[in-house]
Amino acid sequence: MSLARYVARRAVVLVPTLFFVSVLIFSLQQLLPGDAALALAGEEHDPSAVAAIRQKYHLDQPVIVQYGLWMGRVLRGDLGVSLRTRIPVTELIASKLPVTVELAVASMLIALLIGIPAGVLSASRHGTAVDMAANAVALSGLSVPHFWLGIMMILLFAVRLGWLPASGYVPPWEDLGRNLTTILMPAVVLGTGVAGVMMRHTRGAMLQVLGTDYVRTARAKSVPERLVILKHALRNALIPVITLGAIEFGRLLSGAVLTEQIFAIPGFGKMLVDGVFNRDYAVVQGVVLVSAALFVLLNLLADVLYFLANPRLRGA
Amino acid sequence: MSTVEGEAALAAVPALAGGETEGRRPSLARRLARRPAAVIAALVVAAFIAVALAAAALAPYSPLATDYAAVRKPPSAAHWLGTDEVGRDVLARVIWGARASLLAGVIPVTIALALSIPLGLLSGVAGGWLDGLIMRITDAMLAIPFLIVAIALAAFLGPSLTNAMIAIGIAALPTFLRLARGTALALTTEDFVESARALGCSRVRIAVRHVLPNMLAPLLIQSSLTVAAAIIAEASLSFLGLGQQPPAPSWGSMLNAAQRYLSQAPWMSIYPGLMIFSVVMALNVLGDALRDALDPRHG
Repeated sequence: MSLARYVARRAVVLVPTLFFVSVLIFSLQQLLPGDAALALAGEEHDPSAVAAIRQKYHLDQPVIVQYGLWMGRVLRGDLGVSLRTRIPVTELIASKLPVTVELAVASMLIALLIGIPAGVLSASRHGTAVDMAANAVALSGLSVPHFWLGIMMILLFAVRLGWLPASGYVPPWEDLGRNLTTILMPAVVLGTGVAGVMMRHTRGAMLQVLGTDYVRTARAKSVPERLVILKHALRNALIPVITLGAIEFGRLLSGAVLTEQIFAIPGFGKMLVDGVFNRDYAVVQGVVLVSAALFVLLNLLADVLYFLANPRLRGA
Repeated sequence: MSTVEGEAALAAVPALAGGETEGRRPSLARRLARRPAAVIAALVVAAFIAVALAAAALAPYSPLATDYAAVRKPPSAAHWLGTDEVGRDVLARVIWGARASLLAGVIPVTIALALSIPLGLLSGVAGGWLDGLIMRITDAMLAIPFLIVAIALAAFLGPSLTNAMIAIGIAALPTFLRLARGTALALTTEDFVESARALGCSRVRIAVRHVLPNMLAPLLIQSSLTVAAAIIAEASLSFLGLGQQPPAPSWGSMLNAAQRYLSQAPWMSIYPGLMIFSVVMALNVLGDALRDALDPRHG
């Protein structure tokens, strides 16, 4: 099967998923207690302003018509206007997303640098104290609430030791050095959780591969153990880990909500929280919609990577 | 919560097929008891449950009693874990917070189980367009990240512990639904279900008497992992101000207040977080052990 055909087949399956995603996100508005127009008006209680909102969002129309009109606007890239700032939501998202992407990339690098070597080490020393210790550390990374880990790191590295800034963000094009110091702690906080997932999957995949016939053959041919692990086993074990990486990257983009809040990083997650507190529902709906779309696209990317990395699929 | 966990739980399905011949295998409790980590984790979870139940007897002070003469005092003989920004005893609030956090772990899972078992059974056994519809909605819900769903729902429903628990339950639902449906579907092709069908059992009887009891093991594994995820989610929502409302204590809301006094009163943020970490770690160890014990391919 060609890559294009494979991608096309996967993409077709996504259409109904995205349709239901849009229905779910539109339905959020129906959950607002009481009159949606009043809720959307926020602190504005002037009846004419409320009436204007009711007319603008067609709240006096049947729900299906409202959905159709909303979807029409979304497909044209119009996610509405922030009630608080009066800036189009699409514009707001475009300005915040790069910050979160930078944080997610840095977190992923940390996760890969810790997770994969730890998984390989753990699998190659299966059943030993090293394996148990690596497992315990991975499980700790999965169990620690990230926002608390963030608070503890601020306490240690910013308040006590004064090595790193406690919060804030400097764009890389303004000052790369300060940019790196501001995203280091949040990236470590987010990266540790993903490192735990990566480690466990790398270990599982390595253990499976190390039990296969071709690895036994390589060992029987006296191939040095280092080569067996790094060349024969790891290359195949990494296939499922690569796809997991793409999925985890999608999770990082949305998982940064609390981390961004704690470290006052003006990204996508903080935009969601601010939207929630300002009762800025267009912003909340916009962020949820874009994060779902990104998540779906990254899942598609994971499938494509799996296809590219797996010769058996290409031959099918 | 991840689909990866769901797949891990689903991996336990083949173990169920052997359920009919399970007579010679040691019981689940015995298999768990052979794992020291699982025993310690179970004891930790039991201790947290006991503390939550006996909060009134164990807490040295009322969790709401303020004392403006003892604002932000470090740990001492009178206040073992110190006091908070209005002089409330941190230990008393940590003890009472266990109740909110454990409830917030269990109730969303109960909601997810109560909805996913009948829907998953229906979807897996009935098949057809109904299965297609339920699964497409599930896929759509899975496409929106867990915490984002919980935050958005909690925001639209309004901030309260009850709404946070409902939001977390709904956010956890798709993983459970997919697992329940997948398990039901796998079980319908098993020999013992075929035999029941050949004997003339009705579809409802097959679903309830033969498929349902065997669906429970993977759902049990998923539940133990989801209780852990739900505790973190409640703490996250309460930390953001979307869960437990002040002055009622929960570990997440305590951390919210503590963040403002990080340099003056670090004890306010250390202990609630340690509690979340300990109980979540214990539940994850227990979930791993359950999976290993129920699935012969693991461990």
